[in-house]
Amino acid sequence: MSGGEQQVLDRIERARRRKPVVREELITLAHGSGGKATQTLVEAVFLEAFRNPLLATLDDGATLPLGSARAAFTTDSYVVSPLFFPGGDIGDLAVNGTVNDLAMCGARPRYLSAGFILEEGFPVADLRRVVASMAAAATAAGVEIVTGDTKVVQRGRADGCYITTTGVGVIERPGTLSASAARPGDAVLVSGPIGAHGAAIMLARGDFGIEAPITSDTAPLHDVVAGLLDALPGQVRTLRDATRGGVATVLNEVAVASGVSVVLEEAAIPVRTEVTGVCELLGLDPLYVACEGRFVAVVDGAHAQSALDALRAHPLGAEAAIIGAVAAEPEALVLLRTAIGGTRVVEILVGDPLPRIC
Amino acid sequence: MRFVDEYRDAGRARALAAGIAARCRPGRRYAFMEVCGGHTHTIYKHGLEDHLPEEVSLVHGPGCPVCVIPMGRVDDAIHIASQPDVIMTSFGDLLRVPGGTGSFLDAKAAGADIRMVYSPLDALKIAKQNPDRRVVFMAIGFETTAPSTAMTVLRAAAEGVRNFSVFCNHVMIIPAIKAILDSPDLRLDGFIGPGHVSAVIGCEPYAFIARDYGKPLVVAGFEPLDILASVHMLLGQLAEDRCEVENQYARVVPWHGNPVAMEAIGRVMRLRPHFEWRGLGFIAHSALAMAEEYAAFDAERVFDLPGVRVADPRSCQCGEVLKGVLKPWECKVFGTACTPETPIGTCMVSSEGACAAYYNFGRFTRDRRPAVIPLGEVSRA
Repeated sequence: MSGGEQQVLDRIERARRRKPVVREELITLAHGSGGKATQTLVEAVFLEAFRNPLLATLDDGATLPLGSARAAFTTDSYVVSPLFFPGGDIGDLAVNGTVNDLAMCGARPRYLSAGFILEEGFPVADLRRVVASMAAAATAAGVEIVTGDTKVVQRGRADGCYITTTGVGVIERPGTLSASAARPGDAVLVSGPIGAHGAAIMLARGDFGIEAPITSDTAPLHDVVAGLLDALPGQVRTLRDATRGGVATVLNEVAVASGVSVVLEEAAIPVRTEVTGVCELLGLDPLYVACEGRFVAVVDGAHAQSALDALRAHPLGAEAAIIGAVAAEPEALVLLRTAIGGTRVVEILVGDPLPRIC
Repeated sequence: MRFVDEYRDAGRARALAAGIAARCRPGRRYAFMEVCGGHTHTIYKHGLEDHLPEEVSLVHGPGCPVCVIPMGRVDDAIHIASQPDVIMTSFGDLLRVPGGTGSFLDAKAAGADIRMVYSPLDALKIAKQNPDRRVVFMAIGFETTAPSTAMTVLRAAAEGVRNFSVFCNHVMIIPAIKAILDSPDLRLDGFIGPGHVSAVIGCEPYAFIARDYGKPLVVAGFEPLDILASVHMLLGQLAEDRCEVENQYARVVPWHGNPVAMEAIGRVMRLRPHFEWRGLGFIAHSALAMAEEYAAFDAERVFDLPGVRVADPRSCQCGEVLKGVLKPWECKVFGTACTPETPIGTCMVSSEGACAAYYNFGRFTRDRRPAVIPLGEVSRA
């Protein structure tokens, strides 16, 4: 590489480290995509106003010291469209999503709240169906929904049904999991084939006229996580469920927070053929497509195989894989060794995944 | 996955890379332009340059339809979209393209009804579902997408849909290549020809490039091995002192193109006397407008457009990047003022733009690669 090019790259790294600023005057859909614009919004608006040490880690949930015990606390809103899709619906998604955020803090999920925003005219039968699947998901995850709230807004002011769930869990094991804990030499694992949820939703919207047997991967992950944490006491650094923005976004957060590089091996990343096919057709990269029942684990490299065995011992981790490693340099970047033998950067997503047009 | 995996095989890539290296004359430099943005995307997405010897450099060309849209046309489209009874429809790539007064995404946040579609037929469907609204399709692209726009207009006419029109920004690849060839500041040894465009226009229109300009051209597919193979073929021509148009992508591209698609374009559209290309300026006979017979479907006639020409921001060097004179990172604002989230120039917007591709995928080269061997091998065992 020429000296000039290196200088430019250094200048970009400095620009990347600058304090995030929201330049837009209005919220655009990009602010909700989970990618760069979301990060900027969170850091420049929310973190700026609410700043405190618990929030500043920007992990999936907060870890609260409560006397001698520790609790994990998290909240998430669900606005998925369509409400019902192959493999699940907004109800089990709302329970599993919050259960998973607690699990990523290393907690045993215990109690959930549920807030509903309903649109005037929403069929009660649909609400019953959503609530029934929430109840089933809660039972399956061993959590109770212990408080809630309901609001109804005028027709056209919401899209059927929005749900917010908040969860509390108990952290029973010592140590703290954090996106900032990855170290050079660590191994990166994923708990199963990626991208199924996002692909299922895209197809369920029916905009593409594509039919493929893809169902959402929505599932509660606390059990498979517990198995991993028990198998590798003190050796698990980071857990993240790969929701909006997918595996690529999660690993970028880890690379930045830990000041390391994450090197992925494309050929090792599990993606179901149908999901690959849909992504190829639509010009999307499965690395950026959302999962709702998959997580990324960063563990001590010496225990990579035991971590893999522990994940594969659980049905939800049966297709887990080691997908890469953590290195010291280049700092704060995710790299991909492509199947064809090249190397490239895996950037944080900008806006919604936009398909190529030709 | 079939039709994908066999074109991404690392072993075959290494074999081709060895063949490419063997065909390079020591000490000689080769610069090949990949005309099409789809190729640029593939090259960066798969890290293909790692397989090329130092002697071979790839120069990114003007074949990214989003990148060549001038700012004034974006402003015109936003003007149309801002009419209260209009639903504007567009391919997703265009949403973030900045005009002089913001992008579609900004206009949408401010209240305009702008919807992303994957095909002009979807736009026609929206028109039929909303008979009390005027639905406009923002048509962009080379000869690749022009036939689908033309077919949609033919269908709209046949079905008597009256609330549908097309804001036609279709451009043509041959005049752009000619503009590049006539540009004094560029030295090229050959072209990697666009695959999808050629599936429509065929391979014959490129003959003048070999005949009059003495540059070989190989029409290439979009998988990594396609591109390596076409570089190999170009080097073969140079080694054997041949200068021809060859077709590496014969599995998709018929030599004579697609006469049905060409006929549809010819019926619905006409050549514009000239059209402005972002960064390249005005190029004669380089774009298509709706034909007189289909004036009712021509948004330029249905709506009163400001049609103001907006000069590119002075700091933006998209023109030089599009002509291949500058590498993306050589632009003054690359990666600092101009990034994918706050693009100044169009090349930073589309996934096929050279700047976006370089920023997203390529911002890293061999000597920065970490020494650690990834553990991926373990899980495949």
